[in-house]
Amino acid sequence: MDALILARAQFAATTVFHFFFVPLSIGLAFIVAIYQTMYVVKKNEIYKDMAKFWGKFFLINFAVGVVTGIIQEFQFGMNWSEYSRFVGDIFGPPLAIEALLAFFMESTFIGLWIFGWDRLSKKVHLMTIWLVSLGTSLSALWILAANSFMQNPAGYEIVDGRAQMNNIVEVLGNPKVLTAWPHVLFASLTTASFMILGISAIMMLKKKNVEFYKKSMTIPVIIAVIATIGVALTGHSQGSVLVETQPMKMAAAEGFYEDTGDVAPWSVFAIIDTENKEVKSLNIPALGSFMYYGKFEGKIEGMNTLQDKFVEEYGEGNYIPPVKTTYWSFRAMIFSGVIMIVLAIIGAVKLARGTMENSKGYFKWLAAAIGLPYIANTTGWFMAEFGRQPWIVDGLLTTADAVSPNVGAGAILLSLVSFILIFTLLMAAMIYLFVRTAKQGPYGTQTDVTDSDPFSEGGVKHA
Amino acid sequence: MLELSELWFILIAVLFIGFVLLEGFDFGVGMQLKFLAKNDLERRMLINTIGPVWDANEVWLLTAGGAMFAAFPHWYATLFSGYYLAFFLMLLALIARGVAFEYRSKVESKAWRTTWDWCIILGSLIPPFLLGALFSGLAKGLPIDETMTMNASFFGDIVNVYTVTGGVAFVMLAYMHGLNFTQLKVEGELRDRANKQALKWFIPTAAVVVLYVVLTFIYTGVFGPEKGKFTIPIYAVAILLYLGMYVLLKKRREGLSFVFTSLILLLVVASYFVALFPYVLVSSTNLDWSITLYDAASGAYTLKLMTIVAVSLVPVVLAYTVWSYYVFRKRLTEKEHLEY
Ligand code: HDD
Ligand code: HEM
Ligand code: HEM
Repeated sequence: MDALILARAQFAATTVFHFFFVPLSIGLAFIVAIYQTMYVVKKNEIYKDMAKFWGKFFLINFAVGVVTGIIQEFQFGMNWSEYSRFVGDIFGPPLAIEALLAFFMESTFIGLWIFGWDRLSKKVHLMTIWLVSLGTSLSALWILAANSFMQNPAGYEIVDGRAQMNNIVEVLGNPKVLTAWPHVLFASLTTASFMILGISAIMMLKKKNVEFYKKSMTIPVIIAVIATIGVALTGHSQGSVLVETQPMKMAAAEGFYEDTGDVAPWSVFAIIDTENKEVKSLNIPALGSFMYYGKFEGKIEGMNTLQDKFVEEYGEGNYIPPVKTTYWSFRAMIFSGVIMIVLAIIGAVKLARGTMENSKGYFKWLAAAIGLPYIANTTGWFMAEFGRQPWIVDGLLTTADAVSPNVGAGAILLSLVSFILIFTLLMAAMIYLFVRTAKQGPYGTQTDVTDSDPFSEGGVKHA
Repeated sequence: MLELSELWFILIAVLFIGFVLLEGFDFGVGMQLKFLAKNDLERRMLINTIGPVWDANEVWLLTAGGAMFAAFPHWYATLFSGYYLAFFLMLLALIARGVAFEYRSKVESKAWRTTWDWCIILGSLIPPFLLGALFSGLAKGLPIDETMTMNASFFGDIVNVYTVTGGVAFVMLAYMHGLNFTQLKVEGELRDRANKQALKWFIPTAAVVVLYVVLTFIYTGVFGPEKGKFTIPIYAVAILLYLGMYVLLKKRREGLSFVFTSLILLLVVASYFVALFPYVLVSSTNLDWSITLYDAASGAYTLKLMTIVAVSLVPVVLAYTVWSYYVFRKRLTEKEHLEY
């Protein structure tokens, strides 16, 4: 296999894996901070228990989020050296600022939060978790600013064959960032609220700590309603930006080879034949125009037209991304989103009516729905990243030209296999701890209370 | 006047120094799980001394990487792709170690804890070794061609007698630094034992460091006529500090001993950057293909922006870092409630 394919596989595997943990960290930090605020304001111990209990899941998840992120920081230089040379001026600063502004904040205050329960005053301790939450959101902003440059280059000029920054305001004000950041933040809140709802639902089905879990659900239900609707609205804005900035990706995501008429339909299901460039599609009329232009009118250019344009602009080549992946990723994200909106609204109704407790059927749905945000998050990135191919920086640099020339296929294969192996183990350990923590419940025996380890030699000296 | 690119060369040196200083004792403490602690309680005490700070200490490395990417894209690209396998190993070690801190005490099973303990021990041993080897490689020069691409062989260019000695020297200094930290942060028998071990390892560590200095003289131009006037005094001070530390260890002046290992690490890491300047990477194939900091630097706009960002953010970061060390200033006793 050649080094390029392996390098791409490695990047995809490690970022997708990193992003498995990221949204839950961002979302849980926020929700735990809310629980803890309720505790400090209402002085009701149950909110402290909630903050501590859900905080455990947060920490178990955060640990893997951190270590999988470390790889990302260096991977650009290791596998994509030509890319790094080309965009370092623009891509490096957001990464450096992210570290300086966000990572230091996250990591310092999370230490203070974990170890500070008895060392800090209540208010100062509350501030630490809010700063962690702020840190995670800022981290998302800066990394998305970097990614957005790859999707829609802005604020640069080409000097001696390299992209150099000439306007930071344009880099940060990139319409892609302005829509992607809220979309990702809402997606994160969706992920975390569905995690809490799912775990609570499973435990209530098992009739364990019913009071606690019932109370735990109130805030996540409210957040879920806001966040799922927020994700759809910001997703819609992403679409309007996309049709302007990356029409090829958009056309691929819709499976349009030919230009649409003045009123574009939206395809729900399609059989795509990429070889003959033919699509059989089940359509909802006019919805396509609405999604991209906000009105029931507006033409979307097809891939064939765009391909011809790009050949004229950039020379011979295939500028059509993997159509099926892009199309189906987009569908998977949207369908997950729609199901979650429905589930969130049902939850809100049950909450308002006070009938949450005995909703067995609904709880089963919630248990299954834990997976939905993960599907949506991953396919969202699939769409964004596969849909950008063959470019690594849209219109400026192709992925094939970006790879490190001095790193052989063997070395990448070794690292790829090792990363996948270690990630699988980490994932297994994490899921094991999640299940265990959920089973123990908020008042179960906590390892940090009993310091005894009956197995170790020397044993323990105190109770 | 100092040019911005030169300022950033210094800042990156500072970030690496900060990383080695801070994460250095974390690494040392991690190794002590094997070589100092006698039971699970002691292992937990050790982990809890660094529990609140290790992650932030690691961010120094991430910031150094990010800053290098932003200010010297070519340095970042050539170095990390050229040292691919070495960095890959370092990443594996850091991954296993980071998760282990959080996970090890979550389950009361011997197999579970022992597994994670080994992750911490190896994860604390491998990175300083690789770091020492990498810095030594930088000092010696690397096969870089006229397109700024490094084609280093793993055995030979990256792993050789000189770099391995450098790696071992780093590991031993980090261990000593960690022992000094432990003496400062715990109470009771563990504290005494850390002191005894520091004295026990005093001579072996000195021997490796001296060997390393001799090899540096043989293999590199670090002590050559041009750079010698800076590097020789730096090393002389470092060696004097090291000798002085013996008295401090004997007298149990724990705070000062820790300051001394900190200064030694600072001087050692600084010496590489002094030796490199104005190069960021020296080509062993053809000196003309070496990369200077001016060749590697970003455009003027980026450097200016990054300088403004650094000047405004670094004081804030330092302030809350100091505050967090202040919050956790108390020594850990065996009675303490342990989180990890
Ligand atoms: C939208 C959010 C987001 C995205 C797209 C990424 N990350 Fe991330 N990253 C986070 C959001 C985040 C986060 C929420 O800040 C962390 C902290 C803990 C966690 O689970 O995720 C994180 C941790 C984290 C860390 C460890 C920080 C520490 O030690 O505390 C590093 C070095 C990176 N990331 C780097 C990257 C890079 C180079 C990415 C690009 C490929 C990337 N992340 C994608
Ligand atoms: C964390 C969420 C992310 C996920 C899940 C993700 C997913 C992916 C996937 C699936 C690919 C492979 C595409 C292909 O091979 O065709 C890819 C490639 C890539 N992405 Fe992302 N990405 C993420 C974030 C980012 C960010 C934030 C950046 C930049 C800051 C980035 C930069 C790249 C680069 C450099 C490649 C390699 C070249 C390529 O194959 O396109 N990605 N990513
Ligand atoms: C409900 C309707 C939704 C719509 C219309 C929508 C739309 C979009 C669009 C247009 C993109 C941009 C792709 C690109 O720029 O290439 C995107 C990306 C993404 N979406 Fe969604 N989305 C929806 C739901 C969701 C849900 C429910 C989640 C997760 C819980 C989610 C997570 C993501 C992520 C992680 C990305 C990649 C980051 C980015 O490019 O912004 N989306 N979405």
